[in-house]
Amino acid sequence: MTDMTMVRAGELYRRRVFRKTMMVFAAFAALALAICVDIGVGPGRYTPVEVLTALFSPGSVEPKLSIIVWDVRMPVAVMAVMIGAMLGVAGAQMQTILHNPLADPFTLGISSAASFGAALAIALGVGLWPVGGNFLIAGNAFVFALATSLVLFFFTRMRGVTIETFVLVGIALFFTFNALLAFIQYQSSEAQLQQIIFWMMGSLARATWTKIGICLLLLAVILPLAWVRNPMMTALAMGDERAASLGVPVARLRLEMLASISLLAATATAFVGTIGFIGLVGPHIARMLVGEDQRYFMPASAAAGALILSIASTLSKAITPGVIYPIGIITALVGVPFFVSLILSIRKETWR
Amino acid sequence: MSLEIRGLTFGYRNHKLLDGLHTEPLKRGELTALVGPNGVGKSSLFRLVAGLLAPSQGVIRLDGDDTAAMGGRRRAERIFLLTQHTAMRAALGVFDVVLLAMRGWRGGKATAEEIDRAEAMLAGLGIDHLSDRLVTELSGGQQQLVAMCQALVREPDVLLLDEPTSALDLRRQLEVMELVRRVTRERGIVTVAALHDLGLACRFADRFLLLNDSRIAADGTPEEVLRAPDTGRAYGVEIDIQRTPRGELLVNSYLN
Repeated sequence: MTDMTMVRAGELYRRRVFRKTMMVFAAFAALALAICVDIGVGPGRYTPVEVLTALFSPGSVEPKLSIIVWDVRMPVAVMAVMIGAMLGVAGAQMQTILHNPLADPFTLGISSAASFGAALAIALGVGLWPVGGNFLIAGNAFVFALATSLVLFFFTRMRGVTIETFVLVGIALFFTFNALLAFIQYQSSEAQLQQIIFWMMGSLARATWTKIGICLLLLAVILPLAWVRNPMMTALAMGDERAASLGVPVARLRLEMLASISLLAATATAFVGTIGFIGLVGPHIARMLVGEDQRYFMPASAAAGALILSIASTLSKAITPGVIYPIGIITALVGVPFFVSLILSIRKETWR
Repeated sequence: MSLEIRGLTFGYRNHKLLDGLHTEPLKRGELTALVGPNGVGKSSLFRLVAGLLAPSQGVIRLDGDDTAAMGGRRRAERIFLLTQHTAMRAALGVFDVVLLAMRGWRGGKATAEEIDRAEAMLAGLGIDHLSDRLVTELSGGQQQLVAMCQALVREPDVLLLDEPTSALDLRRQLEVMELVRRVTRERGIVTVAALHDLGLACRFADRFLLLNDSRIAADGTPEEVLRAPDTGRAYGVEIDIQRTPRGELLVNSYLN
């Protein structure tokens, strides 16, 4: 310890950068392992080695294994990772733009709007989405989630974009859509009610390669755009005024990030229902590991969100053989003890 | 080569804070103290000059260029405002925020030269031993020193310091003001510091600007402004100035 004081500030910085980079890589390595386990678990268990063989040389394994891995379990496992990453990134952005570690992608009423949209489609069969069929419920949820963001945009355009306006309008929207949702539930039949509630619990069972493709496309567009804004977002974390004095266009940046959050959260909710907790806790885990420098914070939030959802997906199949519980229930149930143990076990300085 | 403010008018709702404010050019290499009672608009004036607020009328010229015509990013490179509140809640490292201020929005890794410069400035402010800490773990005074470090590594043409020593102990106040004065001279920049401690302001400033009643009420050397009847009136105190045998000004004030 004595020679620690002799190490120069710049050298300490270089070491810290290296440590944080390793931390991000470690998080993604853990995620890769979690995916293999997730694919292996279910009726008929396979070891990660068998899974990897089926993944990288499908011809060399028996057809049954290949089908189970590629057609049955892969879409769910990959969807879990996509959705987890989307919610993790959206949560990190929301916490940064609202200067509030308790914010999550659903803070501004996006999830209630999505739930209302879905309920509307389920109960009345009406959609604002032009194509019906498979995408009716998801499409409707997406349209409503995005519409709330547009209302939010509109209000903040009129009144100036302060955090208070954001949150107040968001809360108003939250209560409005919850009331409307309750109204629809009250009016709907028992079968519809069951379907609405099941939708709201969130489920990965609706995963398809098409949906995965859409998620992938969205991430491919949003992540590079967000990456370019990393230094600005890091500056914003210091506070509005200090960011502005560094030349950050604070109001515009906040709107851009809101657009990103809306798209990510609306898409995620539309495809798998309301999965809370991840957008809140993913960024927290990331913050504990690497701090709030966005170059590390954003990828670490994505990895942490994806990791939680992937583990939750595994557990939702493993708890009772033959039963897949709705993932929305599992995330909080397994996530909370994990999160609490992390808070208690990690020393405050670990991120460095 | 200077900073000049012409006819600056600004107000919140129906309260006019600044009304056609003029300054004689603030020259490069000069440290100016902006003084005046609470709520008179010192911080707002700083925000206007830094472009964080837009005036309803008036022009601010830096070396002859209208600052309103500069892009936000370019303006922030040339004019830096060290805000009054320097506490933050984000989990960011001291060295990281200093590098962030220096590098702006340039992506990629910090160069060895940039790391050396950040290190040197931290050492210059006597906080290099804190470089590996989180800013949130530091005391208020230490956070203010980190913010000062951010301001100095940016190397702007105009440095606006809003109460830069409010959280510092006696020795640090003197050290920081000494450093600010030296940087102002060496780099030939325009530095304006809002200070409540008139004694401290007197020791380091080349020039005083008294802001009161929506305008610059007095402008001149520290002694001229302190002796002006407007100054005592603005604060509602009696100001007594004496010269020590060493030639320094001693400022005392009394309630009248």
